[in-house]
Amino acid sequence: MIRVLGLTKDYGSRRAIDELTFDAEKGEILGFLGPNGAGKTTTMRILTGYMPPSAGKASIGGFDIVEQSLEVRRIVGYLPETVPLYPDMTLTEYLKYMADLRHLRNTKVRIQKVLQDVGLEDRANGYVGKLSKGMRQRIGLAQALLHEPQVLILDEPTIGLDPGQVVRFREVIRSIGQDRTVLLSSHILPEVQELCSRVLIINKGKIVAEDTPDQLQSRLMGAQRVGVRVRGEIGDLPARVEQIAGVTSITLHGEDRFEFESQPGLDVRGEVARLVVQSGLDLLEFRPLNMSLEEVYLQLTRSDPADSSPDAIEESEEPETELS
Amino acid sequence: MRNIWVIARKEFKHFFISPIAYAVAFAILLILGILFYANVLAASVQQSAPTIQIILAPLTTLFLFTIPGITMRSLAEEQKAGTLELLLTAPVRDWEVVIGKWLGAMLFVLTILALTWFFPIMLNQIVSPGIDQGLMLAGYLGMILLSGAFLAIGVMTSSFFSNQIAAFFASLGILLVLWMISYPAQVMGGAGNEVLRYLDMSEHFYSTFLRGIIELKDIVYYVSVIALALFLGSVSVETRRWR
Repeated sequence: MIRVLGLTKDYGSRRAIDELTFDAEKGEILGFLGPNGAGKTTTMRILTGYMPPSAGKASIGGFDIVEQSLEVRRIVGYLPETVPLYPDMTLTEYLKYMADLRHLRNTKVRIQKVLQDVGLEDRANGYVGKLSKGMRQRIGLAQALLHEPQVLILDEPTIGLDPGQVVRFREVIRSIGQDRTVLLSSHILPEVQELCSRVLIINKGKIVAEDTPDQLQSRLMGAQRVGVRVRGEIGDLPARVEQIAGVTSITLHGEDRFEFESQPGLDVRGEVARLVVQSGLDLLEFRPLNMSLEEVYLQLTRSDPADSSPDAIEESEEPETELS
Repeated sequence: MRNIWVIARKEFKHFFISPIAYAVAFAILLILGILFYANVLAASVQQSAPTIQIILAPLTTLFLFTIPGITMRSLAEEQKAGTLELLLTAPVRDWEVVIGKWLGAMLFVLTILALTWFFPIMLNQIVSPGIDQGLMLAGYLGMILLSGAFLAIGVMTSSFFSNQIAAFFASLGILLVLWMISYPAQVMGGAGNEVLRYLDMSEHFYSTFLRGIIELKDIVYYVSVIALALFLGSVSVETRRWR
């Protein structure tokens, strides 16, 4: 549905996105994850035809985003980062205007439906300007859903929503994602983890990782690590754990703790637990030490510490010398 | 074409939501009313018959200063509020947005012009044997073309800015220059004189339409100004994408 090949955008001398290449298929919710200024919004603006790329190609639904921009815009629903609203229109007027610009029929039915989808049907005749932040976000989504687009592009859609609304929002997006394509950006990890079938982690305009949330986690986590804490005389327990097939290494932490690592794909936790209990010890703690997606993300998007630490030291020293 | 109409209709409606429109319409009609009263009074003292010119001549000056206020928000506000992103990612061409904006404002100005019709009707009652209808029609036709050109320049200038006040003063500046550009021509001779006089917006109104003369060259002039300004406005919206 979405094909992106070597997409590049320069703002003057600053390169906002650098040769992005990715695909998104029908029935897929693709998550765009990255810190602020990573190029998420720029990519989405290019895909929706708001601005042209500096280099590279992209197509949506088989239409080239530059050559056939109008066709692309017809099949795309877009919720920009700052929700574009006309404050002195009522919700119905606003949606009617958007529907007319898209030459839709049955506008009344459609408006009613999207208002229900986003839970704003009781505000239909209220003014857009009187809405709270979360409601603005929802009317923005309603606008993007109005023409039942084949591709939905959402730029940080859940910002400003309360937890109840977030759940509702996700339901709506998930139901759309079943038979259409959704591209959503976020820096909220659990959201991406929960909603998306695939995640692109982008940093400084480049894709640093691309996979399903689970795969991404396990790939970067490598071997499975578990921390164990027991009560009683630990004795030769670590040595016996090490003999279990699949355990690759073991590390002792003081008198009552140790960590073991097992081969990827092999789950030896049951055997280890049984062994602890059989040795007459109390098992107090048994904790997987996996890297969460959050850690994966931080690791991937953190700038190289070797580069930045000397600068940081210099900077922190400077004020002191000035003072003395 | 349909998009132009959708945008124009929304713009037109918007004028009646915001207080600015009522303020502008009220100010124009009030000032015209005072001038009308004063002129009729003066004419009765001088024993002469007032013509439609006592309405149309001041109206041009009023439009010169109020039309930048009518058009200043048209594209600048969309830019500032981020709604331009909505329009430019909807299946709408850039020029349809610009022409729609202009047409909406044009409809609003036509409404004001229709309201000023009250004065010729009244004049027709008090002057015997009535006013010159040809003079009035030519005058109003010129007025429509002139305000169309003012509005096109206003919309174009609004597309350059995301600040409404900046758009107001810039379009007022451009209009004033085009309005008075023939003044230096009076001391100039030859071809320069001709060119400046041709470019002058008032020249095409005062010497012909206001005197009841309809000439093709004047119609062509105003239509060209409208077309050129709207074209430049569309180009400006398009280049926004590249910035």
